Amino acid sequence: MTTYLDLIPKSEATLSAKDFKSDQEVRWCPGCGDYSILSNVQGFLPELGLAKENIVFISGIGCSSRFPYYMNTYGMHSIHGRAPAIATGLAVSRPDLQIWVVTGDGDALSIGGNHLIHALRRNVNLKILLFNNRIYGLTKGQYSPTSEQGKITKSTPEGSLDYAFNPVSLALGAEATFVARTIDSDRKHMTEVLRAAAHHEGASLVEIYQNCNIFNDGAWEPLKDNDTRDDVMMRLEDGQPIRFGKDMEKGVIRTDEGHIAVVNVSEVGEDAIIKHDSHAKDPGLAFALSRLYNPRTLENTPIGIFRDIQRPSYDRLVRDQLAEVQANKGEGDLQALLNGPDTWVVS
Amino acid sequence: MSKQLVTLNRVVIRFAGDSGDGMQLTGDRFTSETAGMGNDLSTLPDFPAEIRAPAGTIGGVSAFQLAFADHDITTPGDDPNVLVAMNPAALKANLKDLPRGADLIINTDEFTKRNLEKVGYETNPIEDGSLDGYNVHAIALTSQTVEALKGFDITKKEAQRSKNMYALGLLSWLYSRPAEGTRRFLQKKFGHKPEILAANLAAFEAGWSFGETTEIFSVQYEVAKAADLPPGTYRNIMGNPALAYGLIAAAKRSGLPLFLGSYPITPASDILHELAKNHHFGVTTFQAEDEIAGIGGAIGASYGGALAVTTTSGPGIALKSEAIGLAVSLELPLIIVDVQRGGPSTGLPTKTEQSDLLQAMFGRNGESPVPVIAPKSPSDCFYAAIEAARVAIEYRTPVFLLSDGYLANGSEPWKIPQADDLPHIDPNFATAPNHTKADGNEEFWPYLRDPETLARPWAVPGTKGLEHRIGGLEKADGPGNISYDAQNHDTMVHLRQGKIEAIAKTIPDVEVDDPDGDARLLILGWGSTYGPIGAACQISRRAGVKVAQAHLRHLNPFPSNLGEVLRSYDKVIVPEMNLGQLSMLLRAKYLVDIQGLNQVRGMPFKSSELVTAITEAAESM
Repeated sequence: MTTYLDLIPKSEATLSAKDFKSDQEVRWCPGCGDYSILSNVQGFLPELGLAKENIVFISGIGCSSRFPYYMNTYGMHSIHGRAPAIATGLAVSRPDLQIWVVTGDGDALSIGGNHLIHALRRNVNLKILLFNNRIYGLTKGQYSPTSEQGKITKSTPEGSLDYAFNPVSLALGAEATFVARTIDSDRKHMTEVLRAAAHHEGASLVEIYQNCNIFNDGAWEPLKDNDTRDDVMMRLEDGQPIRFGKDMEKGVIRTDEGHIAVVNVSEVGEDAIIKHDSHAKDPGLAFALSRLYNPRTLENTPIGIFRDIQRPSYDRLVRDQLAEVQANKGEGDLQALLNGPDTWVVS
Repeated sequence: MSKQLVTLNRVVIRFAGDSGDGMQLTGDRFTSETAGMGNDLSTLPDFPAEIRAPAGTIGGVSAFQLAFADHDITTPGDDPNVLVAMNPAALKANLKDLPRGADLIINTDEFTKRNLEKVGYETNPIEDGSLDGYNVHAIALTSQTVEALKGFDITKKEAQRSKNMYALGLLSWLYSRPAEGTRRFLQKKFGHKPEILAANLAAFEAGWSFGETTEIFSVQYEVAKAADLPPGTYRNIMGNPALAYGLIAAAKRSGLPLFLGSYPITPASDILHELAKNHHFGVTTFQAEDEIAGIGGAIGASYGGALAVTTTSGPGIALKSEAIGLAVSLELPLIIVDVQRGGPSTGLPTKTEQSDLLQAMFGRNGESPVPVIAPKSPSDCFYAAIEAARVAIEYRTPVFLLSDGYLANGSEPWKIPQADDLPHIDPNFATAPNHTKADGNEEFWPYLRDPETLARPWAVPGTKGLEHRIGGLEKADGPGNISYDAQNHDTMVHLRQGKIEAIAKTIPDVEVDDPDGDARLLILGWGSTYGPIGAACQISRRAGVKVAQAHLRHLNPFPSNLGEVLRSYDKVIVPEMNLGQLSMLLRAKYLVDIQGLNQVRGMPFKSSELVTAITEAAESM
């Protein structure tokens, strides 16, 4: 089967990470999680073998959105929240490009929430990297739509009152065909997720847990700390029972009430543990998994690919429809259009 | 029975009825028949924002006015010679515009006690003598239609609904319009519903025959072909389709695919509809989730090398402002169509106004210059769209195209141009590096400008060796990298402004129409006021008033000779459907004591109002 990648010209030379580094000085704060994401993306892209002039990075506003300046590809640093809309116009016009959208929790889920859900529902062929650090960085530390309720920030000295968005739940609710989560500090895992996202035709949403060491340091620490990590984080792997814990003692089961729950494997037996299937047509289980975690303690946090299904992308459908109309009606005749059906002659 | 045939030079008809009475369709059909006759014509639809306002109320009245003549006309006429009133509300809402002695065709079936009360008539105006000054033709249009359709396999409601075709048949007879076009139209529209088709055709014929046989009408009229139209092949066209065709033509003549990103809004949506009908021209239409995504998609498509357009009305422009600023900063070609309507806020969605000029000029943060172009008539929307594309592509800039509700829905005959004669536009994409580094290697500078136009290169993704990043942050003059340098920002602000000002070198001088050449009074307009101003100047001159007329198509930058023109008249009057927005720009730029003539009633100027103003101004000089 041909995929969208077949429509993109290949690089003549073998590229390396160096080829994807622009000559611009990277200006994130020292210690920012963005550095490792940048380095992972630059390290991973060469394996796709695409011509780098056919790769475009489009971003909105915020710390994460400086990303395109550091990539030696085509790129646009646009306006707050609008990157998915701009990228949609480009994707529809140009099947020969691979288009990445780089965004953050404020950019994608607050000011740009509308564009994100519509890009996902349309299944536009975009690879969307959502850097989630649960804080506003570039405006110096206000709470974000993913901040846990009660967050003390400059704009919420007595604690934030908003309930938080769960980006994976939101994406699944918006009919996204590819939804994954990874962590800035896990290079291997991130590369695997990026690879799957890059090969997926349609909208790929990758939530990346990213640390802002200035305004929200340690936001994801339980998932990173060697002592706690295995206890709180479950890795989703296709075909494998969903188990985790230091001794893989915990697992996910379906309850009699039709929900899912984390239980001790020894109490229910191995056969009762659900096997992960990201290709399942019904998003129900993926959604249920996205609801398992405790946003405050991060217990039961799944990472990996929640959903990866095939559905024709919007841009492909647009082009196919255009081609079909042209095949049926022939290429437009401008003079005939101007003449219209009813004319008269003045002599 | 043969009737007296009277020849007229000019007729103005207004069809008025309830929103559901099909008045717009009736007007459109009559227009089409009239265009086919070779008359010059001009139309003005006037309908409420509600799809079906409460039946029989003043708020629900929908009207369509049409002027047609044996000579060149530029307006749909001030006051109708004939009013067709389908119900009491239509009569009440429109009678004030009807001069004494005019013909009044009334559908008596709707003048029931209840309907009269609904609009505050205590007695029936048909019977109480209040219409004595008019030439009243009281006809039971609804029941005559139902009677004529007896024996058709349709419901009574469907029969009643055909009354507009009965009225059209009657008026078509009265003004000797050919019926063939309407028959063809009905066949196309109702071909899949044979009974409805037959009923509509029968209603049309019945209306025609009624005119021929009734004694209510003692004369039949004719209006000869317009003699002063330049030879050529003509069609009738409304502003919105003309604008859409202009965009398609510009795409063809530039060799670029056309991309429209849009969100439905009155009165601009018909441009989206028209382009969506023409996908086989390689046109992509993206109906976005909101106004911002509409322009966002267009910016993305422009970055990819398409001729990108976004269409909206005033409230949509307010939402797009930030993205327009981005396009100014990115210096990418983009056409922003604003079909202006009454504001502020939701305002008057279906009524016309010219009150977005200052929004187009200044409605953004920072120094953010955008060229502004305005068509002057429905058919001129075609040429204005091509000119907007030329400026956008040659200067790598967003361009405002300011149409309005009157141009959008009004129509006029259009001498169809030859597609091959339309101007060619060269996108002139960047294909190679344009700068040599100190080490001798070649590189690409996205903000290295053409010295003549100050336009930057348009390098689209996929072009090897020209990879670059652009964005809304200030860029270094030349290399285009982020720059917060104070002097560089000053330079870039001046370069962006200078680029837009330089467009004046490529636009024609403003021409003044002053047949005698000795007028001291100038009437200067822009946009859709062209028709009423032109008519008013002609009428005034016939009365011996010396008056010159000029009209602006380019509002930013202005034509190079505009200051000189303004200063050469003792008095300059600028009529606008706003509170003086062009006046303000002219006063600020040229220090000329412009006198505004301003109205915001949601309708075009009446020529008579302008004649009065011109006469008073001339007398006071």
